[in-house]
Amino acid sequence: MNISVTINGKQHSGEVEPRTLLVEFLRYQLGLTGTHVGCDTSQCGACTVHMNGKSIKACTLLAAQADGQDVTTIEGVANADDTLHPMQEAFRDHHGLQCGFCTPGMIMSALAIVDRHKGEDISEETIRDELEGNLCRCTGYHGIVKAIAAGAKAMQGGA
Amino acid sequence: MYAFEYRKASSLDDAQSAFKSADDGTYLAGGMTLIPTLKQRLAMPSEVIDLGGIDGLRGISVDGSTVTVGAMTCHADVAASADVKKAIPALAHLASLIGDPQVRNRGTLGGSIANNDPAADYPGAVLGLGATIHTTAREIAADDFFTGMFETALDEGELITKVVFPIPEKVAYQKFPNPASRYSVAGAFVAKTADGVRVAITGAGPTVFRATEMEKALDGSFSPDVIAGISIPADGLNADLHASAEYRAHLIGVMAKRAVTACA
Repeated sequence: MNISVTINGKQHSGEVEPRTLLVEFLRYQLGLTGTHVGCDTSQCGACTVHMNGKSIKACTLLAAQADGQDVTTIEGVANADDTLHPMQEAFRDHHGLQCGFCTPGMIMSALAIVDRHKGEDISEETIRDELEGNLCRCTGYHGIVKAIAAGAKAMQGGA
Repeated sequence: MYAFEYRKASSLDDAQSAFKSADDGTYLAGGMTLIPTLKQRLAMPSEVIDLGGIDGLRGISVDGSTVTVGAMTCHADVAASADVKKAIPALAHLASLIGDPQVRNRGTLGGSIANNDPAADYPGAVLGLGATIHTTAREIAADDFFTGMFETALDEGELITKVVFPIPEKVAYQKFPNPASRYSVAGAFVAKTADGVRVAITGAGPTVFRATEMEKALDGSFSPDVIAGISIPADGLNADLHASAEYRAHLIGVMAKRAVTACA
């Protein structure tokens, strides 16, 4: 079947099987390999992308379900001039990654956290609670949580 | 995944006629259970009928005495709804405890109760509040809906359209979550209504059930002390690597007391 998905602002069409997952379409057909497959069982969150502005796990959505929808992947996060998004900068500044495998999913979840708490001071507890769906096998959560707190402040125009 | 045909339904009629004409069709709501099930090859439908494109199945409305939630409303919307938080705070709280944020952005009320996983949370709210399940064919009382493990009163091809929850006087949900999956190992949904107290237990049995002895005691006096002495028999409760039946029986008492306390 043919599907057409807006990904990072650009229309992409492709022929997929009904059983093709969104993450497979992104990685293997479009070459957008920033979205990772960690567990393939909806647990680790490495495949997190945004669909219509909401964070979802791309390993647990059929590509066919994304037909006609608006998807943002990690490749669509940096600024147009290739400088990093404030959340990406924060991950670099605060050692928010060790091996880096979970990082794309962590950043997509971090952006979703900021979006859910617009204009609020986001507590460490909230960040830890809302990272429930993302696992870091390096157990590098401390840096990740610090990075998200700093990235959120930067995005909201604070110091 | 085994290969299957995919069909995006444009209306309830379209979905039901696709189901009828399929050899072995299955409906896809949020997919948070179905897609993992397909991946594990535990199901082999000939056709997956996606309900995601049907208008009118999403949304929350509140009137004086009820909260109505569309079948395709995702958990995140229920958890974040100011109206639900005000009318039935435990319903929003329960939705906020399901899975993780990404799962809550996809998983739906209708999908959860149609699946009737013994460890799911929503059946607790539906039974605990004595909600009414509206389908394409009829209205079903919560007491008649959950018939067994992964079994409901729904007929072949019948679709849930919405659930109407009566607004109680006091209400709370407390669960002991599995630390990895956040599924309920045992949970208690307690509602004090004009018609009496209802206590629904999730996670512990083959399907959600009412703790009638606790309800009677709480009808007499709505206090955690009155249920302290009530022990639930372990016989027939679930036992798995996470918890024995005896442990679950004990947890039911603890969760029910916490829920009554949280009602105050």
